[in-house]
Amino acid sequence: MSWILGLPIIIPFFTAVIAFLTKERPSGAWWSVLGSLLTLIAAAALMVVVLQEGVVAAQMGDWPAPFGITLVADLLSAVMVVITGITGLAVAVYALADIDEAKERLGYHALFQVLIAGVCGAFLTGDLFNLYVWFEVMLISSFGLLVLGGSRAQIDGGIKYVALNLVSTIIFLTGVGLLYGVTGTLNMADLALAVDQSDQKGLLTVIAVMFMFAFGVKAALFPLFFWLPAAYHTPAFSVSAVFAGLLTKVGVYALIRMFTLVFDHDIGFTHTILLWVACFTMVVGVLGAAAQQDFRKILSFHIVSQIGYMILGLALYTPLAIVGAVFYLVHHIVVKANLFLVAGVAQRLCGDTDLRKIGGLYKSAPLLAVLFLIPAFSLAGFPPLSGFWAKYILVKASLDIDAWFIAFIALAVGLLTIYSMTKIWGEAFWKPHPEGVEPELRAIPRAALIAYLVPIAGLATLTIIIGFFPEPFVQFAERAAAQLLDPSDYIAAVLGGGT
Amino acid sequence: MNSIILLAGTRLLVALLLVFSVFMLLRGHNTPGGGFIGGLIGATGFVVYAIACGTEQARQALRVPPENVAMVGLGIGLFAGVMAAFFGDAFFVGQWLFIGATETEKGLPLSSVLVFDIGVYLVVLGSILTLTFALEEGAD
Repeated sequence: MSWILGLPIIIPFFTAVIAFLTKERPSGAWWSVLGSLLTLIAAAALMVVVLQEGVVAAQMGDWPAPFGITLVADLLSAVMVVITGITGLAVAVYALADIDEAKERLGYHALFQVLIAGVCGAFLTGDLFNLYVWFEVMLISSFGLLVLGGSRAQIDGGIKYVALNLVSTIIFLTGVGLLYGVTGTLNMADLALAVDQSDQKGLLTVIAVMFMFAFGVKAALFPLFFWLPAAYHTPAFSVSAVFAGLLTKVGVYALIRMFTLVFDHDIGFTHTILLWVACFTMVVGVLGAAAQQDFRKILSFHIVSQIGYMILGLALYTPLAIVGAVFYLVHHIVVKANLFLVAGVAQRLCGDTDLRKIGGLYKSAPLLAVLFLIPAFSLAGFPPLSGFWAKYILVKASLDIDAWFIAFIALAVGLLTIYSMTKIWGEAFWKPHPEGVEPELRAIPRAALIAYLVPIAGLATLTIIIGFFPEPFVQFAERAAAQLLDPSDYIAAVLGGGT
Repeated sequence: MNSIILLAGTRLLVALLLVFSVFMLLRGHNTPGGGFIGGLIGATGFVVYAIACGTEQARQALRVPPENVAMVGLGIGLFAGVMAAFFGDAFFVGQWLFIGATETEKGLPLSSVLVFDIGVYLVVLGSILTLTFALEEGAD
C-alpha cells in the first residue's frame, strides 16, 4: 500500500539515472518514454486505489506522522499525478522528434525525468517542508531545462526565472519557519488541527499571506507573473510544453491545498485578497496576450490569464466553485501543453514563431490546423469542448452567490481569449506565408512526424472526451471538492496511523 | 601549475585524502562523518590533483566522467530506499544485516543506511568534481 504512493516519485528518478547514463546513445530517449509510461501506469494504479479506498497515506521510513515525512493522496492529488503522467508521456514521445542530439548529450532526458519526479512529489507530499524540497527539485531541474542550449534569450529568461523564484523560496522558507514557531508542526494534516486550535489568529493570517505570496510567484499570479512570459518562449518546445502544463499548476495546487486544508480560519480576509488577485490575473494576462505577436508569447500570457480562473474558483470558496477550480486545473494542463506542442510543429514547418513571419499553414498542413483548433477553442471555452464546461461551472458558481461583476469579468476574459486565438489562427494558419513558402507536413521525416502528431492527437482526443462526456469528470471533481472542503478524511488518513 | 613543491605535496596529499574520505564515510554512521563529508574530502583529493597536474590528468585518474559518478550515486541512494520493498517494509525503512551475530555478540552490522551513504558519497564527489573541472577548464 505504501509503495503505490512512492512509485510515481521513484520511477522518474530511476529513469533519470538510466537516461543520463545512456545519454550518448539513441536509446536514451526511449528510456525516457518507457519511464514515463511506467510512471503513468503507477499513477493510474494510485488513482484506482484512491477511488476505491478514499484518502491513502504512507509514512516514509515508518516514522509516524506528524514526525516523519508523510506521502498522502486524496482525489485531487491522485488526479494531478495522473495528469502529470499523461503530460509526461506525451512530452517524452514528442521529445523524440523535438530534442536534437546536442541537447540529449547535455542530459535533457535526465533533467526532464527529475522535473516529473519533483512535480509528482509536490502533489503527493503531506509535509510542508518536504513540499519546499520538491519545489527546489523542480526549480533546479527546470532551470537546467530552460537554459539547455544556452542561447542569449534562454539565459536572459532563465536568470529572471530563477531570481524571482528564489525570492519566492525565501518567503516560503520564512513562512515555514514562522508557522513552525506558532504551531510546532509542519505536517499538513496536523497543521490543519493546530491552526484551528491556535489563539494567534492574527499572526497566522500574516503567515497565510506570506504563503500566498510564495505560491503566487510559483503560480504566476498578478502582480508576480512577469517571469513567466519572459522565460517560457525561449527553450525547446517540449520544455515549454511541460512547463506550461505542469509547473505553474504546482503553485495553484499548493494554494488550493493550503487554503482549503490549513488556512481556512479567516476566509473573509485571505480569500477576498485571492478574489481580487484572481480577477486582475485574468484581465492582465489576457490583455498582455492581445499585445503580443509571437506564437509562444501569446500562449504564455494565456497561462497567466487561465491561472486566474483556477484561483477564482478557490477564492469564491463555495462547493461548486471548488469543483470548477479542480475541473479547470485538469482541463487546462491538457489543453495548454497541447497548444505548445502544436506551436513546435508550426515552428518546424515555417521556421519561426513570430506570427508576422509565418502563415499558410491551413492550406499546406490542414491536419495541423484541425489539431490546433481543438485545444484553442477549448481554451477559449467553446462548447462542447472541455474549456466550456470548466468556464460554465465557474461562471455558474459566481452567479449563484450573486457575484455578477465577477461572472462578467470571467465571460469578458473568455471573449478576449477568443480574440487571441483567432489572431493566431488568422496569422499563422489563414494568411498566406509572407515569403510564399508552402510548408507541408510531408517535409518532416516520417518517424519524426509520428512522434510529433501522436501526442498532439492524443491530448486533443482527451480534450474532446472531457468535452463530450463531462459527467464522470464533473462527478469526480465534485467528490474531490467535497474532500477538500471537509478535510476530516484527509486528517484521519494521515494521523490515524495509515499504512 | 608547474610547482615542484605542490607536485611533491600532491603525491602525499591525494592518497591521504582519498583514504581519509573512505574512513570518514565508514565511520559516519555512529560518529561524526558520513557520505556527505566523505564525498567532500574525496572531491578535495581530486581537486588538488587537478590543480597540480591539470584537469586532463584528473579526469583520467577518475576514469569515468564525474557526472556519471553523481548519477550512479543517485541510483545507489534510491536503491537503498527501495531495498525495504524486498523485506515488506515501507519506503526507506533501514534494513540491517548482522554478520556473525551470536547470542552475546552483535556481529558486524551492515545496513541499507550504509548503502544510502555510499550513494550520497558518490553524488557529492561527482557533482563537486563536475563543477570544479568545468570551472578549471573554463579558466584556461
